[in-house]
Amino acid sequence: MRHFRWPLIGLLLGALSACGEEPASDSVRETGLAPDTIVSGYAFLTPETQSEQDDDFLNPANLWVDEGGKLFLSETGVSAACASCHGEGDMRLDGAATRYPTIDHASGELVNLEGRINLCRTRHQQADPLEYESEPLLSLTTYVASLSRGQAISTALSTDEQVFYEVGKTYFNTRRGQFNLSCRECHDLNWGKQLRGDTISQGHSNGFPAYRLEWQTLGSLHRRFRDCDAGIRAEPRTYGSADYLALELYLRVRAQGLPMETPAIRR
Amino acid sequence: MAAIRISAMKTAKAGEIIELKALIRHKMETGFRRGSRGEAIPRDIITHFVCLYNGEAVFEADFFPSVAANPFLIFYTRATESGTLEFRWTDQHGTVSSQTANISVES
Ligand code: HEC
Ligand code: HEC
Repeated sequence: MRHFRWPLIGLLLGALSACGEEPASDSVRETGLAPDTIVSGYAFLTPETQSEQDDDFLNPANLWVDEGGKLFLSETGVSAACASCHGEGDMRLDGAATRYPTIDHASGELVNLEGRINLCRTRHQQADPLEYESEPLLSLTTYVASLSRGQAISTALSTDEQVFYEVGKTYFNTRRGQFNLSCRECHDLNWGKQLRGDTISQGHSNGFPAYRLEWQTLGSLHRRFRDCDAGIRAEPRTYGSADYLALELYLRVRAQGLPMETPAIRR
Repeated sequence: MAAIRISAMKTAKAGEIIELKALIRHKMETGFRRGSRGEAIPRDIITHFVCLYNGEAVFEADFFPSVAANPFLIFYTRATESGTLEFRWTDQHGTVSSQTANISVES
């Protein structure tokens, strides 16, 4: 069903396909958004949804924060709870989410918050990794990300990260799918305009994991990516795939320090 | 047990009208949707909610398939005596989820 959600995209944006490729920028940090125009997806919500997000009691995503907080305190079989290492002192996780995705130095791989949590499970807790998009992983990720609420997303980019950043940027700017559209076509060049009943935002990651009214539940950023890819009738990548991790890194830098809103509510 | 969030005043004056809020995590699957292979997704909903004030029902609601996931209720009652407020949801299979809050009422 999802593949047919936006039947008019071809008509609405077809004209854009004729414009041809924009010249690629050679500056690493230069994204398709002018820094003084950066605005969170929050700005495109109705006042009712905004106040629902702002009200900690009303915001249903807090059910996942509560659940994640409980998991954080509970022991997983053989080993100590997350809180036994991260409960206090230098290892506290306030602000940690703002730096993800980033390179895991032990393996040299790019990991996002979900990946880091699973690494802690396997390396430090002798536990199995949690399945991507499973309720316990969503809850833990949302809880950890909520500890950074209000803090600016990091724009730092290490030399090791640059190659992944380029992969993400290329993914963002490459046209794909039956509609032959790139992320850029909607989120850099047409934000603020209507796509059927929806206003296109700048496609930032600062609210995720987020409670989406359309999903009637909370989901990860990669689930959102999969919906956008399916919307242009492109083959969605798998959860945690190399392409989506790189894309996530590109979005982290592209957000230019927007404050984290997790747990956000989105349409 | 489903995740629940309750908001109720801990203290109130006798006769005061108090606001109660209750949120429960539930998918409220309508039974009208189909999966990616065309198979019907079975209905799975909460059908009843009641708030008991020292055992007496002060607010009740029947839920139907069109109620959104993670249903949220705001309602009011009059503080009469100290005791407990129990928030109780029953799903279509008869499974009960509940949470209690204490209230102390000063005259
Ligand atoms: C035995 C101690 C230990 C336990 C238990 C543990 N971690 Fe960690 N955690 C670490 C260490 C050490 C690091 C630094 C990276 C590394 O060496 O793996 C870390 C890093 C992290 C980071 C990244 C912090 C940053 O600033 O980049 C997050 C997020 C995290 N852990 C979450 C969790 C969660 C969630 C759990 C429970 C599922 C958990 N950890 C359990 C030791 C632990
Ligand atoms: C046909 C236009 C279109 C294309 C192409 C598209 N999206 Fe989206 N995207 C949307 C719409 C519509 C929404 C929902 C409204 C909003 O927040 O923009 C959305 C939402 C998002 C969001 C959530 C923003 C928020 O604040 O909740 C992200 C992140 C996102 N898109 C990323 C991408 C990425 C990455 C790509 C390329 C793989 C992409 N989108 C391609 C239309 C598009």
